[in-house]
Amino acid sequence: MSRFKLNNRYKAVVIGGSAGSFQGIVKILSNLPQDFPLPIIMCLHRLKHVRNGFVEALSIKSIMEVTEPYDKENIKKGKVYLAPANYHLCIELGNYFSLSTEEMINNSRPAIDLTLGTAAYVYRDKLIGILLSGANRDGGLGMKYIKERGGLTIVQDPQECMIDTMPNAALSATTIDHVLKIDEIVEFFNELNKQYK
Amino acid sequence: MKEIDIADLKRITELVKTKYNYDFTNYAMSSFKRRILRILEIHNLTVEELIKRLHESSFLDDFLNEITVNVTEMFRDPPFWRVLRDDIIPAILLNHQKIRIWHAGCSSGEEVFSMAILLKEMGILENVSVIATDLDTNILEVAKSGAYNLKNMELNEKNYIRYQGTSSLSKYYKEANGKAVLDKSLIENVSFRKHDLVKGEVFNKFDLILCRNVMIYFNQTLQNDVLRKFHESLFKYGYLAIGSKESLIWCDIASKFIVVNNEEKVYKKIKD
Repeated sequence: MSRFKLNNRYKAVVIGGSAGSFQGIVKILSNLPQDFPLPIIMCLHRLKHVRNGFVEALSIKSIMEVTEPYDKENIKKGKVYLAPANYHLCIELGNYFSLSTEEMINNSRPAIDLTLGTAAYVYRDKLIGILLSGANRDGGLGMKYIKERGGLTIVQDPQECMIDTMPNAALSATTIDHVLKIDEIVEFFNELNKQYK
Repeated sequence: MKEIDIADLKRITELVKTKYNYDFTNYAMSSFKRRILRILEIHNLTVEELIKRLHESSFLDDFLNEITVNVTEMFRDPPFWRVLRDDIIPAILLNHQKIRIWHAGCSSGEEVFSMAILLKEMGILENVSVIATDLDTNILEVAKSGAYNLKNMELNEKNYIRYQGTSSLSKYYKEANGKAVLDKSLIENVSFRKHDLVKGEVFNKFDLILCRNVMIYFNQTLQNDVLRKFHESLFKYGYLAIGSKESLIWCDIASKFIVVNNEEKVYKKIKD
């Protein structure tokens, strides 16, 4: 029995992060198992006016290609998606993305709460939510909603975070199943992968 | 996180459809749901109270104003505006002396003014006729007034600098009553009209239609309908510009367009 007590019911992983999360994300993506069986949907705070460069920088390091989805694009397993600059990224019933230019939430667009919240609505207990380092409380409510819908919640260990506001917001908002260092999150992905083989 | 039943959403759309002939049935579900939740919050209403208020026609304008997303910027995606200035508009000018432009879903008018500034700096503002439409009459009044929050101008100015305009954005507005008021002469040739993309008929032919980040609030059925209307509203070889993260790939009518600029999502009608 692995330490994470995993099974293969999950349909998607969502990851939120902000200030100080880039290195962690890179480490996770560069250590993903080959043919990872789930879609990974990332909402990371980023400069609104810089559309190019970020996804390319992540793609170079990632085992799987990272793309910014188009509005109404179908969500496919084994793909990594990144919320585009200056749009909210939402998940719709029917397993596809929608984009929105609605008002900023928590001073952010893309807002992590929105990506996490819509994903929780669609995937219910088949969702894994991971919140990393960040200097803003965005994501706390989204993690709470994932927990309420029966999903699995993970935050980066605040002690390891460059800025711990974001994981602490989640820890005070809801029950977090695992508080992990980045190396342990990498291990988690490997364990998860094994459930699908 | 607050929720609302899909059954309640359906009751609201049915009521608005039968009573006022606005059809939100094919709006994208998650954003429409958020807009309804937002209305409930802003007006401090329950679903039942909202339905009651919607029976009063005086509430309709408030409803339409909040249902539509009115978040926009001047020169949003500066490279897009450079493509218009350097490629698209010159290409239209080769064939037409007079250019007809439609801003479909113009919201508070930031893109209408951006276009006017672009055209003025090209020295062709007088050769252009522009129609700007929106579903929401309140927001059309904002667009006509060209009065924006001063705090938004910082972002607008940054966008304009990235666009590499020939002047300074501050030349085009004055501060009054805490607002940035755009120069009205920019919109002398603009006709603002109320128009609903869902129910509205095709009303004219254009060389260029801008409809950026509007169809993201529609489901694919409605996107297809609206794109058919845009196709019909374009002259052959006319251009359609949509948001940088929208795509025609999935649409029935895609084969009647070619991609002119994939990064900025500018399409050209090549078949009637």
